[in-house]
Amino acid sequence: MAGPEIKAPALREFPTVPALQPDATADVKCWVASEKIQEPLGFPGKLADDWQETHDRAIGRMGELLDKYRSLKVFMDACVHCGACTDKCHYFIGTGDPKNMPVARQDLMRSVYRRYFTPAGKMFPQLVGARDLTREVLDEWYSYYWQCSECRRCSVFCPYGIDTAEITMAGREILDAVGYGQKYSNEIIGKVHRVGNNLGLPGPALIDTLSGLEEDVKDDTGCDVRYPVDEKGAEVLLVTPSADFFAEPHIESTIGYGKVFHAAGISWTFSSMASEAGNFGMFIGNYDQLHKIAQRVRQAALELGVKRIVVGECGHAWRVAYAFWNTLTGIGAGANDPFAVELQKQLDPRYKQPAHICEVTWDLIQQGRLKFDKSANDHRIVTFHDSCNVARGSRMGDYAGGQFDIPRHIIKAVANKFHDMAPETIGERTFCCGGGGGVLTDELMDIRVKGALPRMEALQRVVDDNGVNFMATICAICKAQFSKVLPYYGFKSGMVGGVHQLVSTAIQLGNEQ
Amino acid sequence: MSLLFAILFYVAAAVFVGGLAYKIVDFARTPAPLKIPTTPAPISTPGVAFRMFREVVFFESLFKGNLWIWALGAAFHFGLALVLVRHLRYFLEPVPALIAFAQPFGMYAGFMMAAGLAGLWARRFLVERIRYISTYSDHLMLALLLTIAATGLGMKFVMHTDVIGVKAFFLGLMAFDIQPLPAHPGLYIHLACVALLMLVFPFSKLLHAPGIFFSPTRNQTDNPREARHLAPWAAKLEKN
Repeated sequence: MAGPEIKAPALREFPTVPALQPDATADVKCWVASEKIQEPLGFPGKLADDWQETHDRAIGRMGELLDKYRSLKVFMDACVHCGACTDKCHYFIGTGDPKNMPVARQDLMRSVYRRYFTPAGKMFPQLVGARDLTREVLDEWYSYYWQCSECRRCSVFCPYGIDTAEITMAGREILDAVGYGQKYSNEIIGKVHRVGNNLGLPGPALIDTLSGLEEDVKDDTGCDVRYPVDEKGAEVLLVTPSADFFAEPHIESTIGYGKVFHAAGISWTFSSMASEAGNFGMFIGNYDQLHKIAQRVRQAALELGVKRIVVGECGHAWRVAYAFWNTLTGIGAGANDPFAVELQKQLDPRYKQPAHICEVTWDLIQQGRLKFDKSANDHRIVTFHDSCNVARGSRMGDYAGGQFDIPRHIIKAVANKFHDMAPETIGERTFCCGGGGGVLTDELMDIRVKGALPRMEALQRVVDDNGVNFMATICAICKAQFSKVLPYYGFKSGMVGGVHQLVSTAIQLGNEQ
Repeated sequence: MSLLFAILFYVAAAVFVGGLAYKIVDFARTPAPLKIPTTPAPISTPGVAFRMFREVVFFESLFKGNLWIWALGAAFHFGLALVLVRHLRYFLEPVPALIAFAQPFGMYAGFMMAAGLAGLWARRFLVERIRYISTYSDHLMLALLLTIAATGLGMKFVMHTDVIGVKAFFLGLMAFDIQPLPAHPGLYIHLACVALLMLVFPFSKLLHAPGIFFSPTRNQTDNPREARHLAPWAAKLEKN
């Protein structure tokens, strides 16, 4: 394909804030969804020919969102332009484009909000930085709201907790409402509705893939580890991102999930109806889609009669499961309405619903129900990349911050050599991989590579200082993104893998000599 | 002139209270359909109250984000808080002991407030990123606050005004009995700017003050698995 070659920015020895390069990535745009993709989701197929119609529809939708979401309303009003967030976004750090500063990304919408919804902007637009919604503004939204990975890093540092992800979601929702959707995300959502997962893998193919996997694991271990699909009466329903079924390195973690359940003697199953943990409805900020996609998990759980619902290694999927499923589907506890109670009385209240696979594995380790040969991982010197949506949008275990400790506890239980990256790049301050939130598409490769810069710098330091050769993570998007982006920075693609890949390597299945 | 200022303050107070009440009710009425606390977040209500306390009193997130902005912002806000406490003496008769005690601190806090504002304004010129995001209103807001601080300090240290007369004016204002306001150019500018600040408060970024209390990323409890959180408009979707 013609176009400038994509090059990784140089790693900086002392990371400093980049100088502004206005419009550096203004032309980096993802493909626009076609009518065939848009219409089945209930969105207009394309932009109206008449601008006024698009304009009115966009402003109308914005008004509706302002009434539906307190987050949007408060965040539009509360920003004082203090600048604390300006150097926090990985896309800004990688590109220097000022519109990738969180506050500037918000202002793309705030300027329009002020013009149409505040007295000051109606009367003195220039004074308060308000502007009319024009086609150029809408195009700018399309560029820059698709250069945000909804990672929430900026929200950690904002004195008012303004979360740019909420504004990006609203921006994308308005774009969809006027027929200006993104091909990548909306095509995937269509596949979930038609087939059941993001990758469009139909039920029979899934069963076939997994029986092949059973044979491979049997050859490797001599054990009959099972990877069942749609087994009624299983105790656990495992919902995992569909990349886990065949992509590398994702499949290695899937093998690990099966081994954990096998070693602990827990019956479990995948579901062909809910063969996707990911929920791109969140990426596009559309509650109806978020809701509809999540219903598949509820339906599968009811049909299969499972007692527990467990979620595999996926960042935003875990955020949706942990923070939103109880609201959307009743998967959780503490409800008193018939819709949710129907499911909650079926689920075993002794367990967290839903649970993260890392919570399950760590509980089993603490109970002494899993045995490991840690030396099996001795060829690996491991670090851990906290995935943004797990870090800042969810929790694991019983206390705030368990989402940082539990994966690390597991790694230390299954491997001897572990080194954390610099503290300002992990935990709640972790940097996004650069590919999350609906930007994991080839035409956005330029910003994906540049957005990975801060993580690559932190990785380079532990590679140099500690000889790290394996970066573990618990997100399908992180795995896919790093596999592609690591080589741009001179690292091996295979350096990234899952936490349960490490578990899989070290776990003893009971037939060892 | 006294009548003019009296009218100005009645209008400003009405707009300030009415506008702010409207915005607060609007924030409160708008549902938060999903659990979106920025995690790690407190898992209990007292924990959330403590987090909010740290945000409102110590600007915890800003401290994590940028020490310069934190230091200057804190100097301004704490300075302003003390100055406001000091000014209560113009509205209360007799002056409570605590406020009498705070008088000397409030005096120096005025300098702290002005220094913080000057530093914040300087950043809008000197730091490229912040220059980029600054609007005219951001500059004017700082100019307004700095004018208030400067004229206030001026009346204390350079060109005194008749504070007894000022107090009589405001006590009268509160009793709807308009008293003469001492003639003093510094005082006129000071009071006009304060009235203007009250007038723009509900229509400007000064809404960050009530806004923080309604920010879902800060005021929500991290318990989505334990309690079902459902907004009224979202509940309707389940009926379909």
